[in-house]
Amino acid sequence: MKMTGAEIVIRCLQEEKVEYMFGYPGGAVLHIYDELFKQEQIKHILVRHEQAAVHAADGYARSTQKVGVALVTSGPGATNAVTGIATAYMDSIPIVVISGQVPVPAIGQDAFQEVDMVGITRPCVKHNFLVKDVRDLADTIKKAFHIAKTGRPGPVVVDIPKDVTAHACEFEYPQTVQMRSYNPVVKGHLGQIKKAVQLLAEAKRPIIYVGGGAVLSDAAEPLRKLAHHLGYPVTNTLMGLGAFSGTDRQNLGMLGMHGTVEANMAMHYADVVLSIGARFDDRVIGNPANFAEEPRKIIHIDIDPSSISKRVRVDVPIVGNVPDVLEEMLKLIDGKKPDPAQTADWWRQIGEWRGKNSLGYKQDKELIMPQYVVQKLYEITKGEAIVCSDVGQHQMWAAQYYPFAEPRRWLNSGGLGTMGVGLPYAMGAQFAHPDATVVCVTGEGSIQMCIQELSTAKQFRLPIKIISLNNRYLGMVRQWQEMFYGSRYSGSYMDSLPDFVKLAEAYGHVGIRVERPEDVEPALKKAFIDHKDDLVFMDFQTNREANVFPMVAAGKGLTDMILAEDL
Amino acid sequence: MRHIISILIENEAGALSRVSGLFSARGYNIETLTVAPTEDSSLSRMTIVTTGSDDVLEQITKQLNKLVDVVKVVDLSEAAHIERELMLIKVRATGKDREEMKRMADIFRGRIIDVTDSTYVVELTGSSSKLDSFISAIDAGLILETVRTGVSGIGRGDRILKV
Repeated sequence: MKMTGAEIVIRCLQEEKVEYMFGYPGGAVLHIYDELFKQEQIKHILVRHEQAAVHAADGYARSTQKVGVALVTSGPGATNAVTGIATAYMDSIPIVVISGQVPVPAIGQDAFQEVDMVGITRPCVKHNFLVKDVRDLADTIKKAFHIAKTGRPGPVVVDIPKDVTAHACEFEYPQTVQMRSYNPVVKGHLGQIKKAVQLLAEAKRPIIYVGGGAVLSDAAEPLRKLAHHLGYPVTNTLMGLGAFSGTDRQNLGMLGMHGTVEANMAMHYADVVLSIGARFDDRVIGNPANFAEEPRKIIHIDIDPSSISKRVRVDVPIVGNVPDVLEEMLKLIDGKKPDPAQTADWWRQIGEWRGKNSLGYKQDKELIMPQYVVQKLYEITKGEAIVCSDVGQHQMWAAQYYPFAEPRRWLNSGGLGTMGVGLPYAMGAQFAHPDATVVCVTGEGSIQMCIQELSTAKQFRLPIKIISLNNRYLGMVRQWQEMFYGSRYSGSYMDSLPDFVKLAEAYGHVGIRVERPEDVEPALKKAFIDHKDDLVFMDFQTNREANVFPMVAAGKGLTDMILAEDL
Repeated sequence: MRHIISILIENEAGALSRVSGLFSARGYNIETLTVAPTEDSSLSRMTIVTTGSDDVLEQITKQLNKLVDVVKVVDLSEAAHIERELMLIKVRATGKDREEMKRMADIFRGRIIDVTDSTYVVELTGSSSKLDSFISAIDAGLILETVRTGVSGIGRGDRILKV
């Protein structure tokens, strides 16, 4: 049966079992929108800005195992989507972005709303396609989903000229994908895995270092088994939070620029590092030269060979899908536990570092401490919320003071550090999990980068709880300026902030302003219990000068931490 | 260290920009780059001459392999190989220089493929260093124009890069 390109797009998405598509219409995608209107299987979520469409699709993907889908028009629709695409790329999130394009004969003519989308997105996608012939459409969309979700996941852009959506051809959705140039590895090399098991068995100061790859590959279960079996300390990166439970005794907390003393010291002084889906990036190990000073053996499991030996030399590289490799390791270990005496000194040392209580902070009677808000949030949500964070100080406090027991409950832009992701991530997560408690932890700076989505949240009745830690500063910038630029707060102060309570009300939501520490808990209860089914915007007026500690300054070594008590 | 990377890549629109974009985005050097379809018109063969430490070369190879359109990548310079480059060089050929230029072309096994009263175009094939030597062997003041193709390379003997 013959179908138009627009019908084919919709049929393909249906075949891929797409539930939600986040988008914004425009000239080049009108045929597609018309077909969307004629069916019910795929629900279209109208956002208020294309950037949010991609972030929401990204948040949907992060909180599930599924591919997120966004639809934008050509030109400005496409360019607005780029920040969202780059954000997903940096964190390896599987999304498919369909962008409209001007008709094929108009390409290259500087047509109205024309932009070279394939060219613009090339450095920030896993792959992209321009479909110039309707007969290639179904194949291309099948490939796009396949590429997005296999191997190291990532965003794929499919750019479709308007005339292609009008042309017709026979439709058949391919059942399989054959690409001679793309065959990601799954199983790890057995010889390497044996070496890794051997190294781990002999380790005296081991650490298991877990990154976002463990979340993306759904490796929590084999990881828990392996870590408990070995009895070794575990640290998570910002992206790995929840892959190994934050409340487990073996967990040393997050490591890196704002990691705990015990996690950073253990990472630095370990004799064997088992890296699982992590990439030793600059926010994690600081200066690689400094990190290399201490001798250690590194085992690195990653699906992407280019992540291995990129910033630090690795002794045992294992390219493969994390859960498959971990299962293989468990099989080889075959129930043989390492002697706890072997690591007793190491645990004693870790205990000493833990004793520094590096996440301690001084409570204030008059001013709300931002850390306190996160701790109370944790109590009231029983640690079970899906927390979607924006970018800045509040992001670090949420990461530090809200231990995640499960993966896919912590959504944030770790790689690109995109302010404004919080609210659209929360939208994506809430659509995917309608009954879950979804929280957006943000600041008065970040929230204003996608605040228009309060309107989308109203249209679709999303009961998101927004926790805004409002310090009237761009807090993380101000912190760096205080510490490294002689307290010259250049451009980091925001005057004329809106009344967020009234703003929330103007959008039809509930707004609460909280100004005193004793009001924090009652306000949270009111929001999470009395207004369970409403979107509540909580504007916490926090201590303006609070800083995130510990801190490893950019370019310094991991052990060179500034602690709260040092100041 | 100088390396010669050979790539088989799907012959699709934009394939070249994916590769060149990768090199510029990650700060890798490109000394020369050549590309043309192979006997199988669905595949292009690309030869890139680059320089970098072993670590950088490892990353270049891995990053190229990561490109979805790239089918195969080989560092030709890791083993026995042949490299060739073609140069067309237009020189002033008057008076006593005319005979001298003819002699130099002969010595380097070049061919004169265009002649006017005052100029020659010499065609030369060989390794890049041979072409460099020719340029330095003749009087720099006589060179009017130079065009080089960049290096093409192939493995010796049983080393075959094919799908």
